[in-house]
Amino acid sequence: MAGAGGGGCPAGGNDFQWCFSQVKGAVDEDVAEGEVLSLVPSKYNGDQMTGWYGHRITVYHVSLQNKGRAHSRGEYNVYSTFQSHEPEFDYLKSLEIEEKINKIRWLPQQNAAHFLLSTNDKTIKLWKISERDKRAEGYNLKDEDGRLRDPFRITALRVPILKPMDLMVEASPRRIFANAHTYHINSISVNSDHETYLSADDLRINLWHLEITNRSFNIVDIKPANMEELTEVITAAEFHPHQCNVFVYSSSKGTIRLCDMRSSALCDRHAKFFEEPEDPSSRSFFSEIISSISDVKFSHSGRYMMTRDYLSVKVWDLNMEGRPVETHQVHEYLRSKLCSLYENDCIFDKFECCWNGSDSAIMTGSYNNFFRMFDRNTRRDVTLEASRENSKPRASLKPRKVCTGGKRKKDEISVDSLDFNKKILHTAWHPMESIIAVAATNNLYIFQDKIN
Amino acid sequence: MFARGLKRKYGDQEEGVEGFGTVPSYCLQRQSLLDMSLVKLQLCHMLVEPNLCRSVLIANTVRQIQEEMSRDGVWHGMAPQNVEQRAPIDRLVSTEILCRTARGTDGEHPTPELEDDPLQSSASELPIVSSAQGQRNPQSSLWEMDNPQENRGSFQKSLDQIFETLENKSPSSVEELFSDVDSSYYDLDTVLTGMMSGTKPSLCNGLESFAAAPPPPSSTCKSDLAELDHVVEILVET
Repeated sequence: MAGAGGGGCPAGGNDFQWCFSQVKGAVDEDVAEGEVLSLVPSKYNGDQMTGWYGHRITVYHVSLQNKGRAHSRGEYNVYSTFQSHEPEFDYLKSLEIEEKINKIRWLPQQNAAHFLLSTNDKTIKLWKISERDKRAEGYNLKDEDGRLRDPFRITALRVPILKPMDLMVEASPRRIFANAHTYHINSISVNSDHETYLSADDLRINLWHLEITNRSFNIVDIKPANMEELTEVITAAEFHPHQCNVFVYSSSKGTIRLCDMRSSALCDRHAKFFEEPEDPSSRSFFSEIISSISDVKFSHSGRYMMTRDYLSVKVWDLNMEGRPVETHQVHEYLRSKLCSLYENDCIFDKFECCWNGSDSAIMTGSYNNFFRMFDRNTRRDVTLEASRENSKPRASLKPRKVCTGGKRKKDEISVDSLDFNKKILHTAWHPMESIIAVAATNNLYIFQDKIN
Repeated sequence: MFARGLKRKYGDQEEGVEGFGTVPSYCLQRQSLLDMSLVKLQLCHMLVEPNLCRSVLIANTVRQIQEEMSRDGVWHGMAPQNVEQRAPIDRLVSTEILCRTARGTDGEHPTPELEDDPLQSSASELPIVSSAQGQRNPQSSLWEMDNPQENRGSFQKSLDQIFETLENKSPSSVEELFSDVDSSYYDLDTVLTGMMSGTKPSLCNGLESFAAAPPPPSSTCKSDLAELDHVVEILVET
């Protein structure tokens, strides 16, 4: 598969034999509450992958030497690691703003450097990650250690020359976009025009230009005049991959609104409204909570979008607002446990989902370090586990099964034995190759397809 | 199962009355869910910056329960309390400092005024408080905590307090309780079972002693709710 282009990705997650490739991260580190290693691949070429842990961003990069060799794929190695945000104190409201990062998005690569946006609850930063492998020597005005030379001592003029040095990767903040959000930022999305991006908090969405930090435009505002009437919040937002005027945002009530920025400056009136009618036979007090959408992702083609709610993943055709075209159950066996999951707050966990490069398969995480893949063509699905025990090099992943009742077969795990502290919230699929990455607690697992 | 939609027949509930220790009624289960949700909302408010999405979802759940209870006729005088119940929304974004300010003041606040910046709005007391806080339960000193971190640490203890208080309410005529229950499409059979096997033994004890406890003067769910108000009052005094 090395070097395969766009059409080379075979259909389906199940025709693959997923096998372990690498794991990153500490083995036995205690994870502080709320710190989860998450990852975002660069969707443009997949060679970079970012994991972040609390406030620390680590960029992984596929080594160039290994790429392109037949039967061998490059390994992801740490490329750069840096702290993105500092804890801040909001003096006006006497609140501390956590430095914990909520989202990261890569920008399309335009030159040798890589750019990414990272956000905490209130501030978005643009980081430039660049390599330096040369150093200039022979300055006229400065000594080698940087001290200024006495002008009277300079008797000759020379041209500084570039000398190679050990590769150094540096991350520097290039822009800071601050003070535009009253509520906690939950999404950022780079536009296909590569010039603008949106940031969404619970009640508002703002549009920014990457070059301008002191101004942003509010494009969605669902804050009611009377906060007592608030019953719905924004949970995720994303720009369309090709149409730079179109974006969608999802809500805590399980609805998705598609907006066209050409229609008005403030896109409070949606162009399309996606909502599946409720099934009255499965209605409960928890219906609304489990319908809350935790992630929305456009397909690479731009024709479909996928939403993740607590128990399922739904694929929507943008041309059909009435219902999704596909619904995949992630862990339906949890439906009878909703009260317990409400009690221990697991019901509020926000899982993400992702497409493969050809949009033929989708992947999302679950509990007990399980993750699920669905093949849209063959309609088959598989449950796999990311664990240290299964992490021998090139070891194939065995499908896992959860026993929902009755006699438990060998190798099955019963619902009550699931570890709800081991949750996989973030997964990523290489846009061109059969490589997936899964963030489990404080480890990053990378799996590759064995067959190809 | 909550979501299976099986209807519990009245006959089932009668059996539940007889073997009360083992099969909690729908009304009780719904009440427990309401209590749990209110406690969660309290915790949300104790945080320095509450998670708005979570708070909205929990508040919506509470509202659903209350609406059903009022449809069933067990929540009389629903309207004013409904309004008060909405007040948590604006409390969702109040700061810890405002919480502290509110603690020392009288509990009776009208619907709070809202400024443009919701983070600075709402110096109102928490919503369920409907009466003056003159009478303090001696246990209330346990609730006066200085900072949210301590709150979280003693949450379990506080929860036990709540359930102990709830344990004391017991309608004299259990049939009255059940007569109010609509044949609804919720089936909450295992809900409380799941909860009880968890971390709240005092709730179990409370329910088991339900039939055995002496009846209080008022004997309907309404009195239960008044007790609940009182309990939440205690919570609110932080």
